[in-house]
Amino acid sequence: MEKTVNQRAWFLVLPVLVLVAFSSVIPMMTVVNYSFQDSFGGNEFFWVGLEWYQELLRSGRLWDAFGRQLLFSSIILAIEIPLGILVALSMPKKGWAASVCLVLMALPLLIPYNVVGTIWQVFGRADIGLLGRTLSDLGISYNYAQNAFDAWVTVIAMDVWHWTSLVALLAYAGLRSIPSAYYQAAEIDQASRWSVFRYIELPKMRGVLIIAILLRFMDSFMIYTEPFVLTGGGPGNSTTFLSIDLVKMALGQFDLGPAAAFSLMYFLVILLISYVFYTVMITIDKDEAKA
Amino acid sequence: MSAEPRINNRKFRIRPANVVIAGYLLFLLVPIYWLVIMSFKTNSEILSSFTLFPDNFTLENYQTILTDPSWYMGYVNSFIYVSLNTVISLLVALPAAYAFSRYRFFGDNHLFFWLLTNRMAPPAVFALPFFQLYSSVSLFDTHIAVALAHCLFNVPLAVWILEGFMRGIPREIDETAFIDGYGFTRFFTRIFVPMIGPGIGVTAFFCFMFSWVELLLSRTLTSVDAKPITAIMTRTVSASGLDWGVLAAAGVLTIIPGAIVIYFVRNYIAKGFALGRV
Repeated sequence: MEKTVNQRAWFLVLPVLVLVAFSSVIPMMTVVNYSFQDSFGGNEFFWVGLEWYQELLRSGRLWDAFGRQLLFSSIILAIEIPLGILVALSMPKKGWAASVCLVLMALPLLIPYNVVGTIWQVFGRADIGLLGRTLSDLGISYNYAQNAFDAWVTVIAMDVWHWTSLVALLAYAGLRSIPSAYYQAAEIDQASRWSVFRYIELPKMRGVLIIAILLRFMDSFMIYTEPFVLTGGGPGNSTTFLSIDLVKMALGQFDLGPAAAFSLMYFLVILLISYVFYTVMITIDKDEAKA
Repeated sequence: MSAEPRINNRKFRIRPANVVIAGYLLFLLVPIYWLVIMSFKTNSEILSSFTLFPDNFTLENYQTILTDPSWYMGYVNSFIYVSLNTVISLLVALPAAYAFSRYRFFGDNHLFFWLLTNRMAPPAVFALPFFQLYSSVSLFDTHIAVALAHCLFNVPLAVWILEGFMRGIPREIDETAFIDGYGFTRFFTRIFVPMIGPGIGVTAFFCFMFSWVELLLSRTLTSVDAKPITAIMTRTVSASGLDWGVLAAAGVLTIIPGAIVIYFVRNYIAKGFALGRV
């Protein structure tokens, strides 16, 4: 279905433009401004050019946080995407059981981020937590507040707990849209369970899975509240991801210049990767429209 | 969602499936169970003994929250800005989504991607500039400031989801209505909006959800009068002498609205998460 060209459609988009410009372009320009200037307190600013950018790129702080962030996002994508697909394939197809599954699975998604952190805090703590107490009673030394490895395991388990349902719900929506004729044809061909998955279900889920990867990548890359509440970025700096570091710099130390430069580079990286995903998604949309 | 796919259960339903689902749901529910149980315990029981059920079942923690304005006003504040945000997002996103789903116009694809970039922007980047912007227009610590700030990610999302639902409606319907003499406004409000009712419901659900769960911006933009419950909770966490029971009770009370809302949209939730694109 070709869309018609109509320039007056701009009037329909105008309210969104005005609103988003107010809440995005103006603050963004402030950030750009700060990133090229220095201030000695008060309102006196002077031009420093690219100094903040150079300083940040030379310092280890940004690179360390970036490395931790990449590692974190890769791990949670590697766990959540396959696990989400597996859960979606295992879900009941209809009836009350399907409704119960949907509601229970969506529950973690609706819990405020800091409450997610709190839940895992009271669940994991060695003194009062169900998980922490059980592990230490079993003789496994576990303390996410002091051991960096334990902290990582807990933060990852928390993210898997929080967001795998999103992937599962998306994959489930994709599975539900496959016409039954496909399965009947596969049955006539005596296709194995694996080939049904590989040649029917996976290709039909491609579109929603890309949305899932895009959303999970973006959101995990800007994760802030959950690890902040759980570990506060520690022990040491071991779970200080990019957003935690940035907030520390901007609101904690009030280093406007470096924080602004940090913000812009951070945003650009997300933008770049997301653009790749988005382009892929649009191409798939077009392919499916043709098919 | 299309018609029920009739899957031959005998052949394709694998038995381990139920095990996977049961295990996954258990994994989801155990931490929540612990929080709920903790909210019914006294502080001394939480700290001194390790019990799977409360020995002394108490409602004191809930009583503390529901009788102290500095606690329960947090819920009221959250509800006010979440509702404001949902209404604003839907009002501006509806016409825009219609334009994107029906017409080509100068710069449409770029505009759409630019909108999405705002959904991708880390709130941490915007915390400081928002604080300065809303302070300078004297909106700091008001509900409308938080509602507007959350539009940053909710409006693009609303446009995205609504566009997905709208493209599923054949354009012949628009054309027929225009031939029948409907003006655009009347067609849009009387015919089109009712037709995408489920899409609007799902979009409202997502705006509610993302505004409800967000902490960083809402905490940065408020101090007293509009402070949301989530920020009040973090303040309690950082204070000395943690009151775990009250904290758990406050957490449980933030889960309930979400659970109610999910129940109402349960049949559309999967399609909604797929942004209306299946």
